[in-house]
Amino acid sequence: MQKLVVIGNGMAGIACVEQILKHAPKFDITVFGDETHVNYNRILLSSVLAGEKEMDDIVINGLDWYQEKGITLRLGIRIIDIDSIAKTVSGDDGSVTEYDKLIIATGSAPFVPPMEGTGKNGVFCFRNMDDTKALLERARPGLKAVVIGGGLLGLEAARGLQVQGADVTVVHLMDRLMERQLDPTGGVYLRNSIEQLGVRVALKKSTAAILGNGHVEGVEFKDGEKIEADLVVVAAGIRPNAELGKKAGLTVNRAIVVNDYMETSDPDIFAVGECVEHNGIVYGLVAPLYEQGKVLAATITGNRGLVYQGTITASKLKIMGVDVFSAGFIDDTVAGIESVKYEDAALGIYKKLTLKDGCLAGVILVGDVSDSQRYMDWLRQGTNLTAKRRFLLFPEPTEDHGLDVAQMPDGETVCGCMGVTKGEIIHAIHAKGINTFAQLKEATRASTGCGSCGEMCKHLLKAVVPEFEEEGKKVVCGCLPFSQDNLREIIQGQKLKSVQEVLDIYGTGHGCEICKPALSYLIDVVWCGDHDEDRSARFINDRVHANIQRDGTFSVIPRMRGGITSPAELRKIADVADKYNVPMVKVTGSQRLDLLGVKKEDLPGIWADLGMTSGQGYTKGVRMVKTCVGTDFCRYGTQNAIETGVELERSLENLFTPHKTKMAVVGCPRNCAEATVKDIGLVGQEGGWQVVVGGAAGKSVRKADLLITVTTTEEALRSAKIFFQYYRENAIYLERTYDFVERFGIEKIRKETVYAQPAAQELLLERLAKAKAISKDPWLEGANPVNPTQFVQIQPLETVLA
Amino acid sequence: MNWTKITTTGDIPLREGRAVHVDGEEIALFNLGDRFLAIQNRCPHNQGPLADGIISGNTVVCPLHQWKTCLETGQVQRPKDTGHCVKTFETKVENNLIFIRKNSRIAVPVCPAPELALAK
Repeated sequence: MQKLVVIGNGMAGIACVEQILKHAPKFDITVFGDETHVNYNRILLSSVLAGEKEMDDIVINGLDWYQEKGITLRLGIRIIDIDSIAKTVSGDDGSVTEYDKLIIATGSAPFVPPMEGTGKNGVFCFRNMDDTKALLERARPGLKAVVIGGGLLGLEAARGLQVQGADVTVVHLMDRLMERQLDPTGGVYLRNSIEQLGVRVALKKSTAAILGNGHVEGVEFKDGEKIEADLVVVAAGIRPNAELGKKAGLTVNRAIVVNDYMETSDPDIFAVGECVEHNGIVYGLVAPLYEQGKVLAATITGNRGLVYQGTITASKLKIMGVDVFSAGFIDDTVAGIESVKYEDAALGIYKKLTLKDGCLAGVILVGDVSDSQRYMDWLRQGTNLTAKRRFLLFPEPTEDHGLDVAQMPDGETVCGCMGVTKGEIIHAIHAKGINTFAQLKEATRASTGCGSCGEMCKHLLKAVVPEFEEEGKKVVCGCLPFSQDNLREIIQGQKLKSVQEVLDIYGTGHGCEICKPALSYLIDVVWCGDHDEDRSARFINDRVHANIQRDGTFSVIPRMRGGITSPAELRKIADVADKYNVPMVKVTGSQRLDLLGVKKEDLPGIWADLGMTSGQGYTKGVRMVKTCVGTDFCRYGTQNAIETGVELERSLENLFTPHKTKMAVVGCPRNCAEATVKDIGLVGQEGGWQVVVGGAAGKSVRKADLLITVTTTEEALRSAKIFFQYYRENAIYLERTYDFVERFGIEKIRKETVYAQPAAQELLLERLAKAKAISKDPWLEGANPVNPTQFVQIQPLETVLA
Repeated sequence: MNWTKITTTGDIPLREGRAVHVDGEEIALFNLGDRFLAIQNRCPHNQGPLADGIISGNTVVCPLHQWKTCLETGQVQRPKDTGHCVKTFETKVENNLIFIRKNSRIAVPVCPAPELALAK
């Protein structure tokens, strides 16, 4: 068997090996990687830095994959020489490995512009997993970070650091951000969005030196200005790693030169990815790697014929809330290029298309990138747009997305990152019996890169697999043939203000134990008190404000905000337990006391005697905020957990939620009140708070996702409230936050909550305030029940003779 | 048979139930809008209080484990084919007063309640 050596364990090298494995004959494959990690998705490192993904989430091929395929993997070894006569490669560990065929996939390295002080402690690049880990270790609230470079990578790094709480400034040499992808107007729109996120932008700044005595203390520019910094990230571009090519005697210009078959000047050496130059072009994006890998695989396995003709590249900024897409030739100052533009400053939307000879030449989209797929297709296919001229920037009136998918040719690429075509997806769906989106991703790898083709994949699934059902679109129950999202719209649009009205008009006229409570919740959230509360549609717990037990008695949990009580309160609880012969008093898992085995008739009396408010321990609503003692007593506490927890509980109590909502506030990362497994958690740290959401430690166990890191308690409470209201408005009834966060994705949630436009955030808070203003302690109904017989045991008036 | 005068119609809210003790028997009385129906209050499954259940058409869903029982026949409809049923009682309304007649409409022919079946 022929020996194939691959230098480079990155995305290009391994994508190429995956293609080679699809062909016969089989090689004996050895892969060298100078990083110590298995193959991972480098383009998602920014998502790891932003806390959206864990390191493990971005691994493409685990160790078991290499084993399964019989590939020898040599990690942590850098190849330092190639002897193309003896056909061997030498590693920095002293090893010499023979090859019959060699693939160079060494990628590129960060470019660090000449300046003083780059060796100081606290200066980083942002290229690989180790860089990312180092940045994550250092990022904390209040850290002053300077990112040198306002391109794609620099902005993503800045955003990641800022999500971790750092105070970030991006400095850029040019007069606009992403100048290679945007025109001046696009640059202004992008700058506004970036600044709105809270990242400072300094343009036309050339860095002269990184200041500091051993450790970074600041950055000095050539104009003399200085700014403070605790950490500097250099993201000023990349340079291809072409040194090995030179050592092997290959033709090298800016990078290793390859022809249309991905062959170098040596017949047994091939190269792929960012280290190659094809037709004078060196690519630094992911899409070309896959196209090149396919061609290389055909050539090297003796199926020479497939040719690489270059890639029309597209860039997409992966920052939530800042949508930027750019592709093709965008300079309209060149003769023969005309442009079509649209902009709306208030919405932050800017679109520009450049045209040449009636065909699309380039595209810039800022603020709304929903049409990017359409424009890429036009670019790739060279579609003549003369007939579509009036609809370039807007959808044609009759077209809908489903139709688009049906009309797409099979050879068209759906997933640009992984190079998956419509035909391959359809083949996989049929051949492997796929009927969920997750299975499709697993089988074809489509939508596992940047994920932007997810919607298109779902449309394809829907078109091919009739039983495909998108999550969350399920109908409530047999009584009502609508999804909860539909119902919310119906209730709002048709101004329906009672459960029975909805059932009469849209359902069977009578509901059941599933839809009635769900409708009660939806109507309450939509109308916020301006509706008919129908107790017959509520579960018994919400009629008597206590939790029904297995013997038909009830349990009573008074509210103890933050788990704080007092001797007087404890005495009252003890007296009540004696007076009403309460069979059991129990400390709950939520830092409260539970009186169990209470008769329905006794509830009003008990509430009156307690003089405390309802802890809502029986409803789909705000249960509690658990706290640690924080700075009040704990010698490790860094934040005032008790005061913050009590305030959070007070500001949300008495509200209904789609399912029960349990929260916690802890004063330091020791996390004694388990905030990371709560629906909403505030984790105090030196100089700030992390707000985490979607945690669980019940039926499911799930670590909460980071929503945002902030410096002040006020911001932490505000962020928690914004998420809380968003969950109230968007989750399906009986969907806990941990399912909701998984279904929506933390990225989308962040984008639509704490990173939404300020006006949108205010609207969420206003609606929460409105609901809160009309909410009442349910136990007030003890003295004034909705129905006079609610808590009364009815006695027959008299027995009469027939 | 004797009719027992229970209470005024206004005391049973629309689409809700209330429990009432008549001669040592616990009865759940429901207001379906156009009529009042009465059945034995305890669910045959785990003795859950049916008067506290949610009404769904002419059935009630037990608040403990969601067994569904027909208010007219007393038959348990969910889970299917348990063979269980509860007693039903005749009701009438006169001058806004609800009356129940005990032991008059036990649904023996349709579905014997377990204890009655055993007694035979």
